[in-house]
Amino acid sequence: MTTKEALYNYSLRMGDNALILGHRLSEWCSKAPIIEEDLALTNVALDMIGRAQAFLKYSAILKNEGQTEDDLAYCRSEKEYHNHLITEQPNGDFAHTIARQLYISIFEYHFFSHLEQSADVEFAAIAAKAVKEVKYHREHAIDWTIRLGDGTAESHKRMQAAINDLWMWTGELFEMDEVDTILLKDGISVDLAPIRDLWKKELDKVLLEAMLVFPEAEYMQSGSRKGIHTENMGHILSEMQYLQRAYPDAKW
Amino acid sequence: MTDTQLDLWEVFIQSKSGLPYIHAGSVHASDMKMALQNARDTYTRRGEGTSIWLLPSKHIVASNPDDKEMLFDPSNDKIYRHPTFYVMPEGATHI
Amino acid sequence: MYVSKQKHMHNEHTDEHFQFRIDNGEYIEPRDYMPEAYRKNLIRQISQHAHSEVIGMQPEGNWITRAPSLRSKQILLAKIQDEGGHGLYLYSAAETLGVSRTEMIEQLHAGKAKYSNIFNYPSLNWADIGAIGWLVDGAAIVNQVSLQRTSYGPYSRAMVRICKEESFHQRQGYEIMATMMKGTKDQQAMAQDAMNRWWWPALMMFGPHDTDSPHSKDAMKWKIKRETNDELRQKFIDKTIPQAELIGLTVPDKDLKWNEAAKKYDHGEINWEEFYSVIKGDGPCNKQRLSHHIKYHEDGVWVREAAEAHKLKTNLSVV
Repeated sequence: MTTKEALYNYSLRMGDNALILGHRLSEWCSKAPIIEEDLALTNVALDMIGRAQAFLKYSAILKNEGQTEDDLAYCRSEKEYHNHLITEQPNGDFAHTIARQLYISIFEYHFFSHLEQSADVEFAAIAAKAVKEVKYHREHAIDWTIRLGDGTAESHKRMQAAINDLWMWTGELFEMDEVDTILLKDGISVDLAPIRDLWKKELDKVLLEAMLVFPEAEYMQSGSRKGIHTENMGHILSEMQYLQRAYPDAKW
Repeated sequence: MTDTQLDLWEVFIQSKSGLPYIHAGSVHASDMKMALQNARDTYTRRGEGTSIWLLPSKHIVASNPDDKEMLFDPSNDKIYRHPTFYVMPEGATHI
Repeated sequence: MYVSKQKHMHNEHTDEHFQFRIDNGEYIEPRDYMPEAYRKNLIRQISQHAHSEVIGMQPEGNWITRAPSLRSKQILLAKIQDEGGHGLYLYSAAETLGVSRTEMIEQLHAGKAKYSNIFNYPSLNWADIGAIGWLVDGAAIVNQVSLQRTSYGPYSRAMVRICKEESFHQRQGYEIMATMMKGTKDQQAMAQDAMNRWWWPALMMFGPHDTDSPHSKDAMKWKIKRETNDELRQKFIDKTIPQAELIGLTVPDKDLKWNEAAKKYDHGEINWEEFYSVIKGDGPCNKQRLSHHIKYHEDGVWVREAAEAHKLKTNLSVV
């Protein structure tokens, strides 16, 4: 794999993470527990889609085959998407969405804080913007985790269940393959081993304050790096790509 | 617990530093942090502000409309508080 | 809120004095004297307006996950978020009249409070998102611009903010329609189909003819409403027809024609039977819209309870 190819893959992954999580969050529209929260979740979704646009645009430039960010977002087959499996997990109840946000936003905060120093100026620029946004996503997720964990007996039970249910998808956040290591040499990618420590430490603190038990280690799921998804992904894509597939000649 | 729509807060936004905080509207939230986040998500979606003040609505002290005459009419005839009250000699500048 | 109470003589608590203030072009503020019927009329109108914004999120939300480009997805999400925000501003304005948001939601769920009939129609293809923005928001804006001068201060202030934010909504819808009319045969057919289905319901949004409008007389006298249903409807028609013609859409009204003498468009009769049957609950989506709102309101109970319980356990609240 050349550095150029690795760069493309790395950019694509980050674009896909944002795209699919943004898709999931946008499903909350008109369904949140209170209207203020509807607005809050939409803001997070908008940040994600904006970020997807930035990374996919850069991916298209790197690929240099005349594609646009929309071609990449809408016209690939399932195996060509490389988003973390956790991003495609269903919203579930509000606790599951918050748990997914908690795991991802703490990870992303540390990840983008490091990517901000990337030797690739485009990555560094997108990361600098992402870090500001994700700082807020993280605060939003942490505050809700604490409210629900230390709220009523029912909310505590639901929050703990969500933390446990989503745990097996978190291992993948820290997986590194050839793409990561090639770019790491040039100071472009982020070394995920120290990020994992930062993530665990912060998560531990939040769960403690939320009166929640840290999930016990269990087998972690994997697959996104190879384009192997969960059953959810096909449904997400059949919705997302509906108009492109039904009217391939149309411009929107 | 009975279901509620959480507490009512009043939101004041400063559009940029140096300017006064202006009442933007209200939000519902159960605590200070949520109120701040909700105010941000509701009232600064278009870059309207750089700073937010929040106040639980029940803590606002308001004058009674019935007291309007007593409170505000007496200041109407104190025209000597306004600079235009004074007669300046012709040609005086910078004053 | 604490309001200082001083006892003294005054003669301001009369309906005559209130009407004098209205006629004088003054704004009425929450603690001012107002006739009970004025308060009730306002609560009815503002809460109906708030519910319309919130229920209106559903037909548009129906297309978020299928929006055909990243740009259109962002725009649609931002627009629906605005609608939610506008609902929130309006609930807040109504709350200053002594009704809580909880009560307003209860009235909506019990079928006692209405929302705009237009949202009882389905959004069936992507051009519907265009038609909703262009026609439905277009009609709403005509009404809202007029309401910026409504006599109740908090309502007027909410409308000023809403009008400022809504200005992109109609353009967003018209842009979708224009793009589709320049597109493939399929896209043009979708756009015309959406036009055919949304035109008449959009005209109905202004309500019955002035002669048949039950709340209009008082609302006009109190300057809650500033222009009549028929006046507003005519304004909307006159500004929209040229926009339709410009992009090649046919207005589905064979009686529509320019009246040179009156400098306005004459239009065909609205199907009031359909209007009243949808109001009564027989529109294609009445049950769906309300059940959706009730379901997610109920799904949120445990979350709101948790937030309240957590507040009581911590010192984050200001009691």
